[in-house]
Amino acid sequence: MTESALFLRVQQLQTHYVQTIDDDRLEDWPALFTAEGRYAITTRENHVAGLPLALLSCTGHGMLQDRVTGYRRINVYEPQVYRHQTSALVVTDAACGGWRCQSHFLVVRTLQHGAMSVFATGRYLDHVVEQEGTLKFAERLVITDSRQTDTLLVIPL
Amino acid sequence: MRGPAHIPYRFLQDPSLFAVEQQRIFKGPTWHYLCLEAELPEAGSFVTTRIGETPVVVVRGEDGELRALVNRCRHKGALVCVEPRGRAPTLRCLYHGWSYQLDGRLRLVPFEKGVDGRGGMPPCFDKSEHGLHPVRSARLHGVVFGTLSEATEPLEDYLGPDMCRHFRRVFCKPVEVLGYFHQVLHNNWKLYAENARDSYHATILHAFYATFRLNRLTMGGGLVVNHDGWNTMNYSIGASLQEGQYDARELRSVLPDIGLASPELLDHRLEFADGITVAIQSIFPGCVHQQIYNTLALRQLVPLSHDRSELHWTVFGYADDDAELRALRLRQANLIGPAGYVSMEDGVIGEYVQRGSAGAAPGETALLLMGGEGIASVTDSRANEATVRGFWQGYRTLMGDALDD
Ligand code: FES
Ligand SMILES: [Fe+2]
Repeated sequence: MTESALFLRVQQLQTHYVQTIDDDRLEDWPALFTAEGRYAITTRENHVAGLPLALLSCTGHGMLQDRVTGYRRINVYEPQVYRHQTSALVVTDAACGGWRCQSHFLVVRTLQHGAMSVFATGRYLDHVVEQEGTLKFAERLVITDSRQTDTLLVIPL
Repeated sequence: MRGPAHIPYRFLQDPSLFAVEQQRIFKGPTWHYLCLEAELPEAGSFVTTRIGETPVVVVRGEDGELRALVNRCRHKGALVCVEPRGRAPTLRCLYHGWSYQLDGRLRLVPFEKGVDGRGGMPPCFDKSEHGLHPVRSARLHGVVFGTLSEATEPLEDYLGPDMCRHFRRVFCKPVEVLGYFHQVLHNNWKLYAENARDSYHATILHAFYATFRLNRLTMGGGLVVNHDGWNTMNYSIGASLQEGQYDARELRSVLPDIGLASPELLDHRLEFADGITVAIQSIFPGCVHQQIYNTLALRQLVPLSHDRSELHWTVFGYADDDAELRALRLRQANLIGPAGYVSMEDGVIGEYVQRGSAGAAPGETALLLMGGEGIASVTDSRANEATVRGFWQGYRTLMGDALDD
């Protein structure tokens, strides 16, 4: 794969990721990860201090799916949607196979009555691998710039 | 005059109460959670926090002692320590460089004697009179509390015997901080304070509990109140009673087709001999101490205005956790915090009350009648709002005539 072809494919994975969330197709979200894939959201405060606590952490399709179940069936929250903007994608070879990727995100949250706010900004730190011709996240670590969550977090970033 | 079972919505909506609360409650005879001793490992370690509006820094001195100080420079009032946590050899104000020792004494004023004998502070200026104001503090098993009033009774008397015993139960050995959560709530601080004391809502609003039969009102457990209701604890004991009893209720949360694809999320280890699996302890006015299975945390509630508040979570384990237990705590952290399966609802439910109670008639009140109007410990049921009434009892006692219509 040429460098630019690879970059394009990672960019496409990012696009799929953003669409499953922003277009409310969260049921398709776990499949963007490998079967044992890890997804976690933490704050820069915890990350920089080396503290292991995450706002949310999932290992494997089961735990990812459970977050979707929580969102659809169990948890109570004000109806809301996200719109992601991503930028500054960098792709490098990973020592352990696959690629290390980094990008930036900005998420605007819109609540049911119209209130809009910048809900989160931060970085994605990814480990992307190829499985049966498809790129997947072996890991996506989300590091939010702010340590503070407005109200609650129910939809993954 | 109505009792603690009838709470006028004005207490949530009237912006003029904010300043009175700061004066009578947050600067009044109350103890406030400041930090854990474990966050201050060495001389010069500091943590900044607040008691109500007042900025406070807790610092470990050269002598190993912990001191709480008002984090306000005696020159012109700037914050002295700016970061949430850190380590510094001295406490130096950035503005004009006044520098304080770790015990708060003023040690250096730049150009105190002026330049070439001109300018400078007047000769009568006495540095020993301008140290950082001390804040009265006390420790209980490594948990650091502070109070801005000289009239506050000693910490252990304030907490009461059951509350002290429960702190001793959890803080039985050295703890280690696992991380922090911070949350902004669009509601009056009292709505969160009473929510944490409210065991009635826990298994109804937090549908995750009921869906997975985790914490049911039909389980063993109870309510404990100390200090005339100001300080309270709701707890439940893991051993379940009749399974069917709960399903018979008409709760939207009991949905038989929902299962967890990854049920190991609910794995937990019984850590305490008393069998208590969930215990939420509230110390008036703004401290919450939780055990939810193996997640341990302290929460600090800070009012920002009559309709906005902040919640700070410090999540911890024990220094001697084995790897498996540590992993269990971190996995279970999915249950708590702003994104927690069982606590995210508390981030918004106070806001719904704040919005719902707007525009209420002057005499309109909330009804806290579950279990009667009393404020006493209850050992046989948690379908009771005694702990919530206890909070309002404390509130009315301290606010006094400010609440008269
Ligand atoms: S305000 Fe602190 S030195 Fe001037
Ligand atoms: Fe709650």
